[in-house]
Amino acid sequence: MRAKIRLQIVLAGTAMGAFVTNTVRAKAFYNFPTPVTPVAEDTLFIHDLFLAIITVLFIIALGVLLYSVVRHRRSRNPEPATFTGPRTRRQWMWSAVPVLVMIVIDYIVLGIPSVEAIMTLSNKGHDRLVVVATASQWKWHYAYPRYGIGFNSVLSTPRDEIYGNAPKDKHFLLEVNHPLVLPTGEKVGIVLKSTDVIHGFWVPAFGIKQDVIPGYLRKTWVKIDRPGTYRGQCSELCGVGHSFMPIVVVAKTPAAFHEWVVAEQAREAGARAAATQTWSRQRLMTRGKVVFDRNCAVCHQASGLGIPGTFPPIATGHPFSASKALLDKLSARGFYKDGRIVEGPLSNHIDIVLHGIPGTPMPAFGKQLNASDIASVITYERNAFGNRTGQVVQPSRIVAARRAKAN
Amino acid sequence: MSTVDIDAMEEQHHPRGITRWLYTTNHKDIGILYIAFGFLMFIVGGILAMLIRAELMEPGMKVMGPELYNQIISVHGLVMVFAALMPVSAGMVNYLIPMMIGAPDMALPRLNNFSFWLLPPAAILLVLPWLLEFFGIGNGTLDTGWTMYAPLSVQSGPGMDFAIFAVLLLFLSSTLASINILVTVLNLRAPGMTWDKIPIFVWSWVNTAVLLIVVFPALAGAAIMLLLDRHFGTHFFSAAGGGDPLLWVHMFWFFGHPEVYILLLPTAGILVHILSTFARKPVYGYKAQVYSFAAITMISVIVWAHHMYTSGLPTAANIYFMFSTMAISIPVGILFICWFGTIWKGSMTFETPMLFALGYIVLFGIGGLTGLILSDAAADQQYHGAYFVIAHFHYTLIGGPVMGVLAASYYYLPKLTGRMYDETLGKWHFWLTMIGFNVTFFPQFLLGIDGMPRRIADYAVKFAPLNMASSIGAFVLGAAQLIFLYNVYRTLVGAGKPATGRVWDGAQGLEFTLPSPPPYHTFEVPPTV
Ligand code: HEC
Ligand SMILES: [Cu+2]
Ligand SMILES: [Cu+2]
Repeated sequence: MRAKIRLQIVLAGTAMGAFVTNTVRAKAFYNFPTPVTPVAEDTLFIHDLFLAIITVLFIIALGVLLYSVVRHRRSRNPEPATFTGPRTRRQWMWSAVPVLVMIVIDYIVLGIPSVEAIMTLSNKGHDRLVVVATASQWKWHYAYPRYGIGFNSVLSTPRDEIYGNAPKDKHFLLEVNHPLVLPTGEKVGIVLKSTDVIHGFWVPAFGIKQDVIPGYLRKTWVKIDRPGTYRGQCSELCGVGHSFMPIVVVAKTPAAFHEWVVAEQAREAGARAAATQTWSRQRLMTRGKVVFDRNCAVCHQASGLGIPGTFPPIATGHPFSASKALLDKLSARGFYKDGRIVEGPLSNHIDIVLHGIPGTPMPAFGKQLNASDIASVITYERNAFGNRTGQVVQPSRIVAARRAKAN
Repeated sequence: MSTVDIDAMEEQHHPRGITRWLYTTNHKDIGILYIAFGFLMFIVGGILAMLIRAELMEPGMKVMGPELYNQIISVHGLVMVFAALMPVSAGMVNYLIPMMIGAPDMALPRLNNFSFWLLPPAAILLVLPWLLEFFGIGNGTLDTGWTMYAPLSVQSGPGMDFAIFAVLLLFLSSTLASINILVTVLNLRAPGMTWDKIPIFVWSWVNTAVLLIVVFPALAGAAIMLLLDRHFGTHFFSAAGGGDPLLWVHMFWFFGHPEVYILLLPTAGILVHILSTFARKPVYGYKAQVYSFAAITMISVIVWAHHMYTSGLPTAANIYFMFSTMAISIPVGILFICWFGTIWKGSMTFETPMLFALGYIVLFGIGGLTGLILSDAAADQQYHGAYFVIAHFHYTLIGGPVMGVLAASYYYLPKLTGRMYDETLGKWHFWLTMIGFNVTFFPQFLLGIDGMPRRIADYAVKFAPLNMASSIGAFVLGAAQLIFLYNVYRTLVGAGKPATGRVWDGAQGLEFTLPSPPPYHTFEVPPTV
């Protein structure tokens, strides 16, 4: 395939061919980040080819313009010509040549490699591994159905770096708590789902960008050349947190990848075991704060005070106003009374966190967080931000609530 | 008294003061209203742009929070496209077309007044939610970007409803205006003003009007469906209810892509007049340009999904949209050849309008060539939704329409006011605009190539140096426009030499056979061409 493209360049007979092939590898300022997948190599190749062609076209056109500006100014050419169109054969040729050149460039020089690249992109071949990436406002969830593991991946840049004056890390806004880990050298299918609005999965080094659309299963693929960490971002405006949902992929050799899978399975088994234990209040509160800051603070804010008109406070006693539809749902669950947020019954609290509040942005966390995390965050919410219910929720209660719903 | 003072009678034809402007059915008055309103909105959109660049000057949220940032980018986009560029262009057509084709006025003068007065409420609807928020009502204006993609726009706060009504008003306004323009050009041409003689600018607006009538209903329909989804429990765009979020994207771009040509064509039309005037040479390739306009108009409605290469269309669709999009480069290329042909072997001088016209060719050239790259469905995986696209469409929309509007403003200002503007200030304005513009937007190509997504309120540290450059450029670009405002102001208050009727020694066309400023009513008796 690569050889075929090269051949066309030779056929096209342009001097640019040499320029293009030479620039493919090194990352120059006019290039995409160094490609590590076949798709990224194709797109970079096309990018360079296009750039070379349009640069030449631009220089020629600018040259003609400047020549005319210099030669056909009144001081040098006091008598203007009067022609209004091509008349002689030669003039027709001069007008037709650029059009023909344009057609050849469009449909042959650029058209052929482009079609090939589109074919590469839509490769339907067998995937050695399939991961499911689910986007929600404003985080990613990565699941590996084959290994039975899955986790949330959220921004780990501290607030101080974004809103305050703390010195910014090298990977400011491009760092997450739990990156997507993929093996190198194998074709991996990435299935993309959204739970709310349109998001975009974009990792420049992979050359892929795929919109993630609610109601659709979209699929793309990668075959990563070499181990490393590759960073990208959500590429469709998806609300307030759009700038804050990066995608970080760590590519490991197949052996290292399998070690990681085993460790990850052990970690999740540990978490399931922990759900059967009785947790101390201290442990729930500490864990709860971590879970809250990672999963809830984007909307309810780290202060627990929410955002007026959109996201209600978690701290009770604070006023909140929003559309009637939203407020009705809150009062029905016992969380809203007389213009203020109040602490509703524990069972409703569990229901809200597990299943979300349908018809509002409040997401369902039942499938995204494990029982201990949900128990911790509810305990935390009911005993922090000035809330003093004193109630402690054990993971076992969450497990039971889930089972009750399932039946 | 034996002689009738015609001038005095004409003056009496219109009421004075505010009622003159509220009730006017005179095409020149309405044209001026449109233009004044459009420039006012340029200032609003420009201030929003400055706020965006201030926030993006450094990494970290410094000036505002992401909520406000998203609202500002949305209103900036909508205002610039719908409330600034389109009205200025509609104002030019109102003022000029009757004079260019030798008609006494527009064919439907009352409709004309109505089309204009729909605009200010639309603009107010876009910014009113901010005022309401200030008084504690709602949470600001729309925050979805000007593309208003569902389901984000279904989720968005009450500001979205205001925006939907704004879009509907704009739809009504531009559809009525387009009908008026078509009716006028079809019926009110002076004897002898045959289809092969009407000025290129008129041709460009005929195509623009057709496009508006054909494509705007798609957006208006989508906006109504959105309103129903938001408040009446329908599920057009909600997947959970059996609807389809991509339906919005299709309908939006079925309108959105041609919209680019709606903005571009009128200034491409005016551009040749300016080139021809200052090259002192007739327009080159009249027919070729007219056919190119028609080709652009037709092709532009069948290429919309090139904005959706990353949405997961079938491969065959991607290939079709890629090749149909590439086809646009041919009529656009022909336009470039005609522009070059018009100045070639001319006897050029470089007054400010000519400088802006040449700047148009250069900047729009860069916009067009990068558009060719963007037509590629595979490489677009890297450009789409990134700063590369932002740079591209600012090169096409500022490089083309805005430069064209500025060129036309300098070109016709003496005609409108009877006074010459200050040439030195004009040159300063031009060069600072060119420098500011390129320093702002060229770095954005590189940012996009390096992986910076568009519409992010805050960005990674590796993007910092180029963003700083871009912000500085933007402030220069913004400041340069103040020179323009001052120059227009001093012309309006009567500083500057009086202008002749012909204004420019190379100027052609019926409008230049009239005195400057032209009388309130012109061509009550059709001229013969
Ligand atoms: C995408 C934004 C979003 C995220 C993330 C989010 N919520 Fe909510 N939450 C909402 C909205 C919106 C409501 C109000 C819905 C309504 O008005 O009916 C809400 C309501 C609530 C309520 C009831 C009202 C109140 O203020 O007490 C609780 C409890 C709650 N959320 C807990 C959580 C927890 C726990 C998390 C994290 C695990 C979380 N939310 C994450 C948006 C969010
Ligand atoms: Cu996003
Ligand atoms: Cu388009």
